[in-house]
Amino acid sequence: MASTAVGMLFAIGFYAAALILVLGLVWKIARYIITPAPLKIPVTPAPVTWAGVPVRLGQEILFFASLFKSNKWIWIFAVLFHAALLLVVLRHLRYFIEPVWFWVALAQPFGIYAGFAMVLGLLGLWGRRFLVDRVKYISSPSDHLMLALLVMIGLSGLLMKFVSRTDIIQVKTFFLGLLKLDIQALPTDPLLLAHLTLVLILLIVFPFSKLLHAPGIVFMPSRYQVDNAREKRHIVRWVAKMMKQMDADDTAAKQAADQA
Amino acid sequence: MAKDKLEAPAYREFPSPPPLREGAMSHMHTFIAKPAHQEDLDWPGELEDGWEQRAVDKLGDLLKKNKALRVYLDSCVKCGACTDKCHYYIGTQDPKNMPVARQDLLRSVYRRYFTISGKLVPGLVGARDMTKDVLDEWYNYYHQCTECRRCSVFCPYGIDTAEITMAARDIMNHIGLGQKYSNEIIGKVHKIGNNLGLPGPALVDTMEGLEEDVLDETGVDVKFPVDVHGADVLLVTPSADFFAEPPVDGLIGYGKVFHQAGISWTVSSYASEAANFALFAGSTEQMHKIARRIRKVAQEFGVKRIIFGECGHAWRVAYSFLNTLAGPFDFLDPKYPVPQHILEFTYDLINRGALKLDPSANDDKVVTFHDSCNVARASRMGTRPGGQFNIPREVIKAAVNNYVDMNPETIHEKTFCCGGGGGLLTDDLMELRVKGALPRMEALQEVVDSHGVTHIAAICAICKTQFAKVLPYYDFGMDMIISAHQLVGDAIQLGEKE
Repeated sequence: MASTAVGMLFAIGFYAAALILVLGLVWKIARYIITPAPLKIPVTPAPVTWAGVPVRLGQEILFFASLFKSNKWIWIFAVLFHAALLLVVLRHLRYFIEPVWFWVALAQPFGIYAGFAMVLGLLGLWGRRFLVDRVKYISSPSDHLMLALLVMIGLSGLLMKFVSRTDIIQVKTFFLGLLKLDIQALPTDPLLLAHLTLVLILLIVFPFSKLLHAPGIVFMPSRYQVDNAREKRHIVRWVAKMMKQMDADDTAAKQAADQA
Repeated sequence: MAKDKLEAPAYREFPSPPPLREGAMSHMHTFIAKPAHQEDLDWPGELEDGWEQRAVDKLGDLLKKNKALRVYLDSCVKCGACTDKCHYYIGTQDPKNMPVARQDLLRSVYRRYFTISGKLVPGLVGARDMTKDVLDEWYNYYHQCTECRRCSVFCPYGIDTAEITMAARDIMNHIGLGQKYSNEIIGKVHKIGNNLGLPGPALVDTMEGLEEDVLDETGVDVKFPVDVHGADVLLVTPSADFFAEPPVDGLIGYGKVFHQAGISWTVSSYASEAANFALFAGSTEQMHKIARRIRKVAQEFGVKRIIFGECGHAWRVAYSFLNTLAGPFDFLDPKYPVPQHILEFTYDLINRGALKLDPSANDDKVVTFHDSCNVARASRMGTRPGGQFNIPREVIKAAVNNYVDMNPETIHEKTFCCGGGGGLLTDDLMELRVKGALPRMEALQEVVDSHGVTHIAAICAICKTQFAKVLPYYDFGMDMIISAHQLVGDAIQLGEKE
């Protein structure tokens, strides 16, 4: 059973959410880019040339290198969740493209079981918020809600795949239509609508929440800066201006004192 | 006296993170700067009506000026990786000394005034109004951070609590709530030229005294020059080196190295301080003001190179910021990096065979080395990453026969702060300093037990002073702490140059 009205409702929802997501991220990332880093603050040992920076960041992004040094439990759950999420997202690409690309088709079986790994990783991370007194102390309601949201997205997806299937052909028709501004009917199974609603919420809160760690990781001066302070003078506009002003003020004050 | 009341925490069953003790350090309150100290630095003398808004405005100003602050405040996911990494958390068990909790004291205010979620649903995202209670927490706990960056090494994103602490202190200074210890010292540097307030004539006296001591002891006339125009090297060293024990023995070591190398050098009475305490206050303005003294003297004296003495945060400011704050140094000899570390200088001489060291002079010692936090994680020595770890060790090993490293989890970039850095080396924070030294003392105990270590060498005036003070609380002798260059100085064969 599919409904055009429901299709219309979710189409509006997805257009709005996509707009908020994109504008929100552009706004945030633009500010990360334009805000200057006044001093050289790479955490050392750091690369001494630019060539080393992608290596350093790559290790962090792909392997969570620092987290591995830090805490093996968090690392296991975090890698499990993020790697699984990647596979799940890749798998979902099939609903947005026709014909389905070769490698997306290849990712299908992995993506399906990654759904379980994703939920497992999330539950591990969530469990720490109750079981480890230090992590419990630093958790605010939003930290729990974020995990709840992701777990429910995962669970509703898995239920649709393994328990109560929806009309996936029609879902794909809806999303292909969405991309061509041609709004189609959407099946009205409660699980599907719950799944999609939760995803809408995720897209909307992304730019206003700690999910900003995703773009943030490449804007960390402690990690992306090159360790070459002695070789190359690092100077940003406001610091140069401030120093010039201070030096001028002092010279003027000294002259006034000399004359007096 | 204080020792009767204050006891060091017991060693842990290494390395388990200790359980939380909420409020364990909420009484810790470093002395507040007097209005006079504040006004010397062009900051309000005390809190005045409307400080709440001014604090929020200053935070907004810093967010525009400092990318790190903005990204760090947004990106933390509260994963908990940093929670057991801070020496103050380990030593005090106060949850607000966990790096993420310390950040959250400021992050909660950032969220309230600068994020949509914090404006709409403050309770949900842990956003808080800028109130007196919040400010009091800031004052207490941002003065329980030594800006040592250990948490940043372990953060999956590299969020550096030091940057947040500096921002919070900068904001507090700008609303009239400064720390007495740091701000009084910054004022002294502006007026007199060094942290100790040691005027030029007293400095000359002290250095002459050192010349006599060395002459008596070795029979060699080693010079300790002050304000010599035309010297090759301007030595900028922490003022503690001029007479505090044990740093002064390090200074004697530098003097012997220069003597043996036959390179002329001088200290300056105008820029007689390497440590730039404005770093602790998070003030780029004040940092510049202190740093440019060095440039001025270097130009006036016509030196060829600038060398810094053993000092941790000082080396951070020198290595990472001096070029920014007082550069460009194109008037110096381009053959040498600006600035150079005394250990780079000595290391180079050893490699070239220009120094003759007899390590058997130190055969009564088994030595280990404490990596200073800001040297390890905020600077470098030599040309390769990690030179800040190898070069001091190579120099020490050239000067002693018995060297052993502490637990690898507590050295190099994972080193623990001594517990006294970041503007906390003051008697009114003694309890914090003793407790914060716990993880370093545990690691030291291990090598004392396993290898009979007798001395711990350091390359920072703050580490040296802090250890001299806290070692006895852990039943070690205070003279266990030694300058790297004291070892060098004791091993140098003076006058036997080929």
